[in-house]
Amino acid sequence: MEMAAVKDSAILESGTERTLYPYVTGTSVIGMKYKDGVILAADMGGSYGSTLRYKSVERIKHIGKHSLLGASGEISDFQEILRYLDELILYDNMWDDGNSLGPKEVHNYLTRVMYNRRNKFNPLWNSLVLGGVKNGQKYLGMVGMIGTHFEDNHVATGFGNHLARPILRAEWREDISFEEAVKLLEKCLLVLLYRDRSAINKFQIAKITDEGVTISQPYALKTNWGFSAFQNPSKGAEGSW
Amino acid sequence: MFRNQYDTDVTTWSPAGRLFQVEYAMEAVKQGAAAVGLRSTSHVVLATVNKAASDLSSHQRKVFKIDDHIGVAIAGLTADGRVLSRYLRNECINHSFVYESPLPVSRLVVRLADKAQVCTQRSWKRPYGVGLLVAGLDETGAHLYYNCPSGNYFEYQAFAIGSRSQAAKTYMERRFEAFNNYSRDELIKDAIFAIRETLQGEKLTSSICTVAIVGIGEPFHMIDQKIIQEVIDSVEIKEDAAAAADQAPAQDDDKSSEAAPMDI
Repeated sequence: MEMAAVKDSAILESGTERTLYPYVTGTSVIGMKYKDGVILAADMGGSYGSTLRYKSVERIKHIGKHSLLGASGEISDFQEILRYLDELILYDNMWDDGNSLGPKEVHNYLTRVMYNRRNKFNPLWNSLVLGGVKNGQKYLGMVGMIGTHFEDNHVATGFGNHLARPILRAEWREDISFEEAVKLLEKCLLVLLYRDRSAINKFQIAKITDEGVTISQPYALKTNWGFSAFQNPSKGAEGSW
Repeated sequence: MFRNQYDTDVTTWSPAGRLFQVEYAMEAVKQGAAAVGLRSTSHVVLATVNKAASDLSSHQRKVFKIDDHIGVAIAGLTADGRVLSRYLRNECINHSFVYESPLPVSRLVVRLADKAQVCTQRSWKRPYGVGLLVAGLDETGAHLYYNCPSGNYFEYQAFAIGSRSQAAKTYMERRFEAFNNYSRDELIKDAIFAIRETLQGEKLTSSICTVAIVGIGEPFHMIDQKIIQEVIDSVEIKEDAAAAADQAPAQDDDKSSEAAPMDI
């Protein structure tokens, strides 16, 4: 009897806790291909639940020589993913044979990692955007928290899927210039800032071309809260508060 | 029988700084039927001699497809070659699974060499008794490598291994400078020529050789026996015609009938 009780408590104590919900999260990331490469944008907020707890979280990082990674969702899980990728790139470089992993390879690797973790019922709580250029070939893809993945000319995570992608679908072109691309992304970011309560007015935009990676310094966009729709917010939402 | 006191296990050095067991494994490669490989900038061709152990048996396979972009030809212990082929296939398929892209040839070759090297440094193992010509295509172009039991590997424009491979090497050494600009058909032709050199006068037919190719727009595959025979025939007809021109005209009829291309 006593032995059984000891055994039970041992099992309870050795039982592992999984991520059941995220703690500190980042909101939307948006990205698109443009004439010379791929461009990504995200704000720098880190929400603790619904509290805007952190204001300078870098959610866009470059991976190896040819890739950019943007993440929304659990920030600590993103940091773990960055550790995996650092190791991946390090071991790739250690072959020292001139070969290097391109965005397509990194994207697929991430898909495997995410899906593997979901199969352990312990997902990495992120939506990831992977963009890059290798040998003149542009690449842009997304991976979800359970390993869902796809490629497209423009992508957005989270709220951006609902608010930014309709704009991108209407205005994106294959041969869009860098300046136009930045303008278009800022238009999306502004809509997200207005309508997504987790979004903050501090952004980074990053581009990757065959020449390399540039991640901008943080900057804010000019806002206008005088729109008539903002004056009486509940007017167009009958039945709400 | 006992050659010397350093002949027992692989890890024991001779005072002259040699590992005899490893050297014997290298000899095993020379015992096997010949295999040749040659490459242009866009294609690699492998060719082997298939010798049946007896008239009643079929021959053993000496060319293996590893993946769509890589294939190998072996000389030496076929059983060891098969084991290594399985290893190579595994490496390729794992890479495809994780990265959804083909494994670069140079990386595969290094992994293979590392595997062979381990066997030269463990007392309870024996080196693989097989040499592999690895033909592959990747982002950096077409490649031909030779992997040997010692754990060494080399990249080549053209190479031959196995019994009487020196004849094939001599043939290719005279011609390799032009290989880079060869078309795939020219490569196949020279591969068959080189293989024929190793036969030392024995008649070459499509039934005693295997030819395989990989290149841009062309996944690794064996060349059809019929096509090989056509190449062989076209050469022999040409040579016989040349020989006939040297001979007295009276003998002309004999020679051309001997060249009838139906001897399969």
